[in-house]
Amino acid sequence: MIPNSFDYASPTSISEAIALLQKHGDEAKILSGGHSLLPMMKLRLAEPEMIIDINNIPDLSYIRESDGYLRLGALTREVELEDSELLRSNYPIFADVTKLIADPQVRNCGTIGGNLAHGDAANDHPAVMLAMNAEVVSQGPNGEKVTHITDFFHGFYMTALEEDEILTEIRIPIPPAGTGSAYTKLERKVGDYATAGVAIQLTMDASGTCTYMGIGLTNVGVKPIKVTRAEELLTGTNLSQDLIDQAAQMASEDCSPSADLRGSEEYKRAMVKVLVRRMIKLAMERARAH
Amino acid sequence: MSTKKINISLNGVPHEMEVEPRLLLVHLIREDLNETGTHIGCDTSNCGACTVLLDGRSVKSCTILAVQADGKEISTVEGLAQDGKLHPIQEGFREKHGLQCGFCTPGMMMRIKELLEKNPNPTEEEIRWGISGNLCRCTGYNNIVKATQYAAEKLREAETETVNA
Repeated sequence: MIPNSFDYASPTSISEAIALLQKHGDEAKILSGGHSLLPMMKLRLAEPEMIIDINNIPDLSYIRESDGYLRLGALTREVELEDSELLRSNYPIFADVTKLIADPQVRNCGTIGGNLAHGDAANDHPAVMLAMNAEVVSQGPNGEKVTHITDFFHGFYMTALEEDEILTEIRIPIPPAGTGSAYTKLERKVGDYATAGVAIQLTMDASGTCTYMGIGLTNVGVKPIKVTRAEELLTGTNLSQDLIDQAAQMASEDCSPSADLRGSEEYKRAMVKVLVRRMIKLAMERARAH
Repeated sequence: MSTKKINISLNGVPHEMEVEPRLLLVHLIREDLNETGTHIGCDTSNCGACTVLLDGRSVKSCTILAVQADGKEISTVEGLAQDGKLHPIQEGFREKHGLQCGFCTPGMMMRIKELLEKNPNPTEEEIRWGISGNLCRCTGYNNIVKATQYAAEKLREAETETVNA
């Protein structure tokens, strides 16, 4: 399979890339890791006339903590998230999620910025970012724009990014002590999209009271889902088994999965319920150990 | 639509090429440079038969544009053997019967090359996760795992010998 013809540019600065986006409008697509875009182009589901390859723009790949945020450069590869000592020790949810994204070769290419900018509810980072209360930073002709993750996903392949904007950084507020996080997804085989995926980040204070609860769901709706009702139910409580069960039930009610080869709607709701329960437990264990 | 000039190195040999931006890396390797050891399997970045190393990182060359390889070093199965001597990974596949039909083998070996460079002493589980992006429909993977363990041991021995020399 060969993509339709297109022109190719590989700018070496963000301003150059933005100028190209302004010039070509909706005929242009940004190439980052390329493992969602190129398959779509090979199947001719996407036929952009201009490919803007951002891989040669320096300083877009980093993992660091500064000014109260964990900052991830948009071009940071999945493999770099997987191998990062900082993430391994302080943010175990990244080890959980990266291992479940596609396969090692794809993770050598795929970027966290692309994973979010693609706007696909089947991707794994959106749910993680919803649970972690992230902010998405983009650059456009009018400078920098910061979008809270809850306002970022607009619909099927649609995000808050304008045609002439580039996602440049993901910021996650550094959580206080007593925080734990976890992600899992049910998949039929390596590289499959999730039957259902669940991301949790929670914080417990010294008395065991939950002061923050973030719950994100993968691939059980047209958009990545934040389960606000269950988060509100659990925040301020001591996370009793009964409340966790109720929250898991809410998550299974508040998503909108569609039946496909991975299972019926009913089955996916049941899996959301199970996985929410398990991931809250795991995040609690990690919070206590941290 | 215009073509683009790229400079690449394939198994240490530099090439200057004029390519269409839509040319896939695997087609550049197989059809323009005539190195056909790299296979096209699924053509959808699933099966890993087209795995090559791009600046040392294993990638699926059916889902990379040739223009993205500009300025980079590409390594394929043809570059594994040196001076007429099989690479320990190739030796492992022969000794442990790591292949039957052989279609997945070049991609499998290139993937294992990066795996062992990053992790010289992997557990069985790490090997299985490490090759999870490469499909083999013959062996059931057991002998590929054994071939990898064989190669890992040989490479570690070679490393020790170099250090002691």
